[in-house]
Amino acid sequence: MTTPSAATLAKLTPVLTKRWLSPDAWRLDVYERLDGYAALRKALAVHPDDLIALIKDSGLRGRGGAGFPTGLKWGFIPQNDGKPHYLVVNADEGEPGTCKDLPLMSHDPHSLVEGVIIASYAIRANRAYIYIRGEAVHAARRLRHAVNEAYKAGYLGKNILGSGYDLDLVVHSGAGAYICGEETALLDSLEGFRGQPRLRPPFPATHGLYASPTVVNNVGTIASVPYIVLGGAAWWKTMGTEKSSGPMIYSLSGRIKNPGQYEASMGITLRELIELAGGMQDGHQLRFWTPGGSSTPLLAAEHIDTAMDFESVAAAGSILGTTATQIFSDQDCPVYATYRWLEFYHHESCGKCTPCREGNYWMVRVYRRILSGEGTLEDLDTLLDTASNILGRSFCGLGDGATSPVTSSLQYFKQDYLDYIEGRKAPKLSAHALAGAH
Amino acid sequence: MTAPQQSVDVFDQQTRERAREIVTRYPEGKERSALLPMLHLVQSVEGYVSPAGVAFCAEQLGLTKAQVGAVATFYTMYKRRPTGEYLVSVCTNTMCNVLGGQEVYDTLSETLGVGHDETTEDGKITLEHAECLAACDYGPVLTVNYDFFDNVTPESALDVVGKLKSGQRPMPTRGARLCSLKETALQLAGFADEREGAVADGPAGDSTLRGVRLAQQHGISPAGFDINTPIPTPSKEAAK
Repeated sequence: MTTPSAATLAKLTPVLTKRWLSPDAWRLDVYERLDGYAALRKALAVHPDDLIALIKDSGLRGRGGAGFPTGLKWGFIPQNDGKPHYLVVNADEGEPGTCKDLPLMSHDPHSLVEGVIIASYAIRANRAYIYIRGEAVHAARRLRHAVNEAYKAGYLGKNILGSGYDLDLVVHSGAGAYICGEETALLDSLEGFRGQPRLRPPFPATHGLYASPTVVNNVGTIASVPYIVLGGAAWWKTMGTEKSSGPMIYSLSGRIKNPGQYEASMGITLRELIELAGGMQDGHQLRFWTPGGSSTPLLAAEHIDTAMDFESVAAAGSILGTTATQIFSDQDCPVYATYRWLEFYHHESCGKCTPCREGNYWMVRVYRRILSGEGTLEDLDTLLDTASNILGRSFCGLGDGATSPVTSSLQYFKQDYLDYIEGRKAPKLSAHALAGAH
Repeated sequence: MTAPQQSVDVFDQQTRERAREIVTRYPEGKERSALLPMLHLVQSVEGYVSPAGVAFCAEQLGLTKAQVGAVATFYTMYKRRPTGEYLVSVCTNTMCNVLGGQEVYDTLSETLGVGHDETTEDGKITLEHAECLAACDYGPVLTVNYDFFDNVTPESALDVVGKLKSGQRPMPTRGARLCSLKETALQLAGFADEREGAVADGPAGDSTLRGVRLAQQHGISPAGFDINTPIPTPSKEAAK
């Protein structure tokens, strides 16, 4: 394996991932030895508004995909309104390609717990919930263990570290529904309902959990908070770009030699990430990739030098999303990949909005037809028409996300579709699959 | 047709106490929040959410059975029929799929003689194809009762299910030593995994550590990190 160049290696910024090297960092005593809960002591000594100002100043943006400025979100919570406030952590990791939050919660759960306490103190919440994906059982074991340890040590509960501040934290497991990663569906699910998105406005900042002011933040966002409190906003901004500050965990999967989690300065390029990951697998050439999960439009080999920050990826026609970088090669078929994602969106559509529920159902059928060698040229128009009737016409982003691989693969890889339709490429699915056994 | 069992016959005193404990996690007047964990709880007793389980949740939370049923049927993890001791989930979403996950699923399905969401005759294994399990850097993956077996092949997957069928419990690649699906459901209801050493199981895998190890090997860490950096206090200045 060739060693990456010094310039590329210098883009690595192990911050949130650093404790993963210590096998027992999930235990409180080890965590405390590694600067654990030092940020909480610092935070409780200042006014909550100073923490909101600090996070605003750091430029921290949400790590769950949308990239909304975190300090601004916290600042939207109305103060002295007489209502209870809530912090809800979105740990419902499930966007295809995304795999950064589960390792964080498994190997460094206290960093999330510490971040929760600081964030809750800042927004004046006395109750917080971590809504963790149901399937993430081992991460949940570690997280529940960490919460219990934190209670026993006086980091949670009444009068935390003698500050007079109280906080209760509950780890709440979901039950298998991708849609609950959407923040308002998550809130409905946490309230004991089917996880279906709410119409906005009103936004969770004023009408969130139990119709009270609520901040919903991703795991990576909240786990970043203790480091900003410790190292300061100026230090945080030494990493990343002007508008996309800090480190980011890039999750590399697919046709590279060493898939895995690479925490790097925001704005690193795909070329550099592939270099860090040991290059493409032998016999594979980069063909298409997702910058941040399947809901972010596919990019092609020509985009290999795109800086992976919020602005540059948007300028290239996609979305940074969760930096779930799925890398596909010339041996993978973009039409089949899109079909499998569509099966996913069809399965996970909650059914509330007609365009998403029906549109995904029909698009899956069109893909099956094309991949079985039974497609027509008209099918391509049907796909684009269906996609444009889903995009922007549903309550939440699931429907929008489903159209991303469709329109982007048609943009860059139309020839692949034509090859199936015009018989130059062997059918990938049999007529058996057309009967719809999925 | 026999009448559905009454919840009183199925759920013992301990389960009722656990149900009450779940309710205390949520604010007064917001008891309905306890529904998802309570559905996991009834599944931990019966291995699935039965009509008696639905009735139990409805009684505990003052809901109608229709309200509970509407929620239970929405979520994939609540099973509507009796399940095996082990739920084997094979990821067939795009990344695992192109890396071989579909062949793994097809092989298991053929060998076990069951399709999606079906259980082997001996009651040991329920098979399902799953959507993205958030472990793409280890693809293709399968889980047994939601603990991970990484980088599986049709052969290694057959080895895992063969052991399960013969009464062994192979160690997951990451995650804790296996327990039954019912025991897993109890943990999902929010109760600690009481097995000695189980929480400590599961070292970080190679893929998880690749970036941070690379940085360590080359002595790279972000410069200027000082934990004593003061937090600016604009609120004090404003108060002056």
